[in-house]
Amino acid sequence: MTLPPANRHSGPDKEIHSKSKAVPMQPIISISGVSKIYASGFNALKAVNLEIRRGEIFALLGPNGAGKTTLISIVCGIVNRSGGTVTVDGHDISTDYRAARSLIGLVPQELTVEAFETVRATLNFSRGLFGKPPNPELVDKILKDLSLWDKRDAKVTTLSGGMKRRVMIGKALAHEPQILFLDEPTAGVDVELRQDMWAMVRRLRESGVTIILTTHYIEEAEEMADRVGVINHGEIVLVEDKTELMRKLGRKVMRLELRQKLDAIPAALSKYALELAKDGGSLTYTYDNQSERPGVASLLRDLEAAGVQFRDLDTENSSLEEIFVNLVRHS
Amino acid sequence: MNRHAIWAIYRVEMARTMRTLLQSVVSPVISTSLYFVVFGAAIGSRISEIGGVSYGAFIVPGLIMLSLLTQSISNASFGIYFPKFVGTIFELLSAPVSYLEIVIAYVGAAATKSVAIGLIILATASLFVPLHIEHPIWMLCFLVLTAVTFSLFGFIIGIWAQSFEQLQLVPLLIVTPLTFLGGSFYSIDMLPGIWRTITLFNPVVYLISGFRWSFFGTADVSLGVSLGMTLAFLFACIAVVGWIFKTGYRLRT
Repeated sequence: MTLPPANRHSGPDKEIHSKSKAVPMQPIISISGVSKIYASGFNALKAVNLEIRRGEIFALLGPNGAGKTTLISIVCGIVNRSGGTVTVDGHDISTDYRAARSLIGLVPQELTVEAFETVRATLNFSRGLFGKPPNPELVDKILKDLSLWDKRDAKVTTLSGGMKRRVMIGKALAHEPQILFLDEPTAGVDVELRQDMWAMVRRLRESGVTIILTTHYIEEAEEMADRVGVINHGEIVLVEDKTELMRKLGRKVMRLELRQKLDAIPAALSKYALELAKDGGSLTYTYDNQSERPGVASLLRDLEAAGVQFRDLDTENSSLEEIFVNLVRHS
Repeated sequence: MNRHAIWAIYRVEMARTMRTLLQSVVSPVISTSLYFVVFGAAIGSRISEIGGVSYGAFIVPGLIMLSLLTQSISNASFGIYFPKFVGTIFELLSAPVSYLEIVIAYVGAAATKSVAIGLIILATASLFVPLHIEHPIWMLCFLVLTAVTFSLFGFIIGIWAQSFEQLQLVPLLIVTPLTFLGGSFYSIDMLPGIWRTITLFNPVVYLISGFRWSFFGTADVSLGVSLGMTLAFLFACIAVVGWIFKTGYRLRT
């Protein structure tokens, strides 16, 4: 009840703009020391600190049960936190919840929609719920952008899963949020919708919307995100610029299946930092993607010189996925 | 005040009523007609008058109350339980709406519907028996007050319930018996001494008595007591709803 009514009618764009000019570095979401212990005693979040920058696409990665959804739910007001503070564009999510929540659109993981309403009615409902006056033109535009136009008067219950997902995105966008949370947006979504969705995310970002997404599909984060955060066991393990992360941790791996088992790595090959498998049957060589370090060719020459013969060889690029798996395993 | 949100919820809830028009409106009309046939015609022919009022007319306020109570509870409890059940509640919880606004919207919609049903039953009843309403303003006051109070009560049940069975439990095991035993179809003066005293612990007695007074100017208990008990129940429900929202009981984990 703290939001002055006038606030709702002044264009949010203008307000954000002027604010960002005054304090350019102010994060749009600031999470500090947020913890969550559920009634069952499960400690879902342990003093999480995280800042989301205005206008970025932030990917939050983590295995199932890591606390991604709990964190999002706390910021959005669905789950009560046990400790810490969260501000959204400077508004505390408890004391100034109206201002904070009206900036946020949420597309949750589960497909939960008002089954018996028409598509257009559910979008209008969401817009009203977030305190915005009716705007048929805008709702029509969203319906068209999401390829829902043909289904606008269909009952939601008659739609396919992918279409329902589009409806949920439409609902989240209907009140013109400045921040959009996409919780596992592409789980169980076909290629076409996935591409549509990423096109939409890019458009939104261009229009100044901050996007926070969680995903299991790490290639998506790799493709879309400006920054990546990894959460595991309720703790933020790492927050890094995506390109920086790829550069730092991105690697190539070559595995050699040996003809004869080795007891130890020959001294002549020590400069390669090879790893010998426990059974001595294979060697693994890990090297930087953009490395100027000795490449594969010289290793192969040196292997021959050292009399190590191999049956087979394969190489693979470590993706963000492996980086992620490594981080999660070691955290 | 987020009036757009109140209006949005209210409209969705009313749309649900319109979608289920047959169940929402036609069924109370049919059941009222059946009550008239059974109680009015069959029993009424043996009971001629109660307190100077023909038996057929006497049961009208009780019948309206019976529907008002059950409809208010079922509408309001279903209205908030269903989003919880299918998961769409997340949107309500993440929206910039205050608890007060949520209650106004849901309870307002449920009460609107049950008042409408009450008036439809009244119209149906007037086809069976000649009716003269002594205090129409009071009649409307009791109608609205009871609808709001029991819609609040239903809202509480809807938040408390964790299964469809629990949703039906309170109306079935508590409210319906209390209504039937609360003098819908008889004056509590007709009961033997001890039962009359026991009946006075039934809050529904006061609702029906006050409502009946607005029709005929006579009542089992005084108007002041009726009104007082109704308001007391209203404030009790408001207090519980306040507590629910303060603690996030079964809404926010």
